[in-house]
Amino acid sequence: MAWFKKTRKPIETTEKVSRVPEGLWVKCPSCGRALYHKDLAATLQVCPHCAHHFRMSATERLSMLLDDGRWTEHDAGLRSLDPLGFTDTKPYRDRLAASIEKTGQQDAVIVASGRLEGIPVVVAAMEYSFIGGSMGVVVGEKITRGVERALAERAPLIIVSCSGGARMMEGALSLMQMAKISAALGRLDRAGVPYLSILTDPTTGGVTASFAMLGDLNIAEPKALIGFAGPRVIEQTIRQKLPDGFQRSEFLLEKGFIDMIVDRRELKATLGRVLRLFGHRPDRARPAAPEAATGDVDAPAGA
Amino acid sequence: MAELLDFEEPVAVLLKEIEALSLMPQTPERQAAIAQLEARAAELRAEIYRNLKPWQRVQVARHPNRPSMLDYVELLFTEFTEIHGDRRFADDKAIVTGFAFFHGEPVAVVGHQKGRDTKSKIYRNFGYAKPEGYRKALRVMKLAEKFNRPVIVFVDTPAAYPGIESEERGVAEAIALNLREMALLEVPIVILVSGEGGSGGALGIAVGDRVLMQEFSVYSVIPPEGCAAILWRDAARKVEAAEALKVTAPDLLELGIIDEIVPEPPGGAHQDPKAAAARVDEVLVRHLRELRDLDVPTLLDRRYAKFRSMGREGQAFTTVTVAGGGDQAG
Ligand SMILES: [Zn+2]
Repeated sequence: MAWFKKTRKPIETTEKVSRVPEGLWVKCPSCGRALYHKDLAATLQVCPHCAHHFRMSATERLSMLLDDGRWTEHDAGLRSLDPLGFTDTKPYRDRLAASIEKTGQQDAVIVASGRLEGIPVVVAAMEYSFIGGSMGVVVGEKITRGVERALAERAPLIIVSCSGGARMMEGALSLMQMAKISAALGRLDRAGVPYLSILTDPTTGGVTASFAMLGDLNIAEPKALIGFAGPRVIEQTIRQKLPDGFQRSEFLLEKGFIDMIVDRRELKATLGRVLRLFGHRPDRARPAAPEAATGDVDAPAGA
Repeated sequence: MAELLDFEEPVAVLLKEIEALSLMPQTPERQAAIAQLEARAAELRAEIYRNLKPWQRVQVARHPNRPSMLDYVELLFTEFTEIHGDRRFADDKAIVTGFAFFHGEPVAVVGHQKGRDTKSKIYRNFGYAKPEGYRKALRVMKLAEKFNRPVIVFVDTPAAYPGIESEERGVAEAIALNLREMALLEVPIVILVSGEGGSGGALGIAVGDRVLMQEFSVYSVIPPEGCAAILWRDAARKVEAAEALKVTAPDLLELGIIDEIVPEPPGGAHQDPKAAAARVDEVLVRHLRELRDLDVPTLLDRRYAKFRSMGREGQAFTTVTVAGGGDQAG
C-alpha cells in the first residue's frame, strides 16, 4: 500500500497545555507544592520535588520519545461513523464531535513513525482526554495498521497505553478490536520484531487485556493504575476496600506482570537501550528527516 | 417446568389453569380443555419469543435452566474426558476443558460453565473465570494443535472474575495471550456463544474461524447494568443500555461480528434442550466440515482477515481530510 505522508512539527503553545489545569501555577496532587507551568513542561510533566507523573497528551508523548520531536503521523483522518447509532444521556455523535473539537484529534490514538535514538520505530500514543482514551473501531484500526506497518518495515513497535478500556458506545465492535490488534501482534511476535508496551496511568479494561499486556517488555510509569477490572467494580464484587497500592505499577512488578518501572525522565533512554540490546541499531546511513522513512525496510541485526 | 421470566406472565396464567385442571378428576372434556390450553400456551410463548426485546434476550441468555456447555457435551459428544488445571496455579471450575468424540471425530472442547443450583453455582464461581481458567483453555487448545484436532468452544459467562486474586494473577495477561495465540492456533476453531458473551471474559476463549450465536444469546462489551451505571449513572436503565449496546444475535450478525445464528426452539433453548442441541449439532458439523480441508496458511489467513475486518472503513469509520494534512491511503 502506498501512503501520502505529512510531517508534523508540533507547535508547543497549542498542544502542551492539555494535561495541567489552566493558569501559570499548578499544585502537585502528591506533594502539594506549587509548580510553575513552564518548569513542569521542561521536566516532562513530572513534579521535580516528588516525581509525581502528571498525565501527558499523545503529542507530548511523541515529542518526548522521538528524536528532535519530529514524526510522521499515519491515518490521522480516521473518524468513527458511530456504527451503533448510540445514544445514552446524549448522542455519542455529540460526544465525538466535542472530543474532536477539544483535542484537535479525530480519535484517542496517534500512530506515527519516527526515530528513537536514531532507531526507526513505529509509535502509537493514546490520548486520554479523548473519551477516556477508550478503544473503539478507530483506535483498533489505527493501532492494527501501526502493527502491520511495523511488521512490513521490521521497525520496533512502541505502544503507549493510557486508556479506560474498550469504548462502550461502539459496543461489541470495540471488544473485537482487542482480538484484531492481538492477532496483528501475533504476526509481529512470530516475525521477531520487538514490541515494547508502555503502561501509563491509567491502563485498564480491554486495553490491558489485549495489547498492553502483550509487550516483549511491559514497561510501566511509576504508580500508574494498571488492571483489568476497575477498582470500584472489584470493591463492589468483594464488598471490601482494596488495599493501598493495589493495581499500581509497583504491585504489578511484584506480581510479575511488568518487566520494569521507569521514571518518565529515563524512559526514552531506557527504550533506546532495550532496542539496542535486542539488536536494533541507530540508522545513521539515512538522513533523520521523517520523509526519508517512506517505504523504509529496516534490517535489524540478528533478526 | 422451567422457571418463568417476567415477560412470560401471560403464559404463566395459562399454565396455572392447566395445573388446576390436571389436579381435578380427569374426564375427556377436561383432557380436551387441557390440550387446548397447552396448545394455546405454546403458541403464546412462541409469539412472545418472536418479539423479544434486547433486555429480554439478556434474561433468556441468563436463564438458570439454559443448556450449558456440559449439557451439550452430554447430548452431542461421546467419551468426554475432562482435563484439569493450568499447570501453573489451579484448576478453574468456571471453564471446563477436555477431549471428546464428535460424530466419531476426536475434538477438543472448551467452555464456560456457570452452574445451575446454588451449590454448583458456587462451585463454578457463577461462570466467572479466573486467570487459571484462561490458561487452562490455552493449554488444552495447544494440545489440540499438537494432535491436529479441531477445537469447539462454548461461550457463556457474565465476565472474567473481577476480584483481587484475578488481578494479582494477571487475568488481563491471560486473556491477552489467548487472543494472540488463538489467532495463530493451527487447527480449526469453532466458537458457539451459547448464553452470555460477557466482554473480555467471553472473548478470551472466543477467537476462531467461525463465531456462531444461538438465537437468544447475547454478546456485549459490558453488561447492560454496568453500562447503565456508568453512562446513565443508574443501573436501573439496563433496558435502554441493552438496546443501545446492540447485544443480540441479529445485531451482531449485522455488525459482521458473528457468522451465523443458530435457531432455538420456540420459547428458548431451556424449553427444549434436545431440540436446541439438534440445531447446534447440525451447524457445528457443517462448519467443521468446511474448515477441515483448508490448509493451515489459508485457515490462518482467513481467521486473521475475519477479525481484521471487524469495524471496517465505510461501515464503522471513515477517512476525513484533516486540516493541514494527515496521510491518506493511496
Ligand atoms: Zn510533587
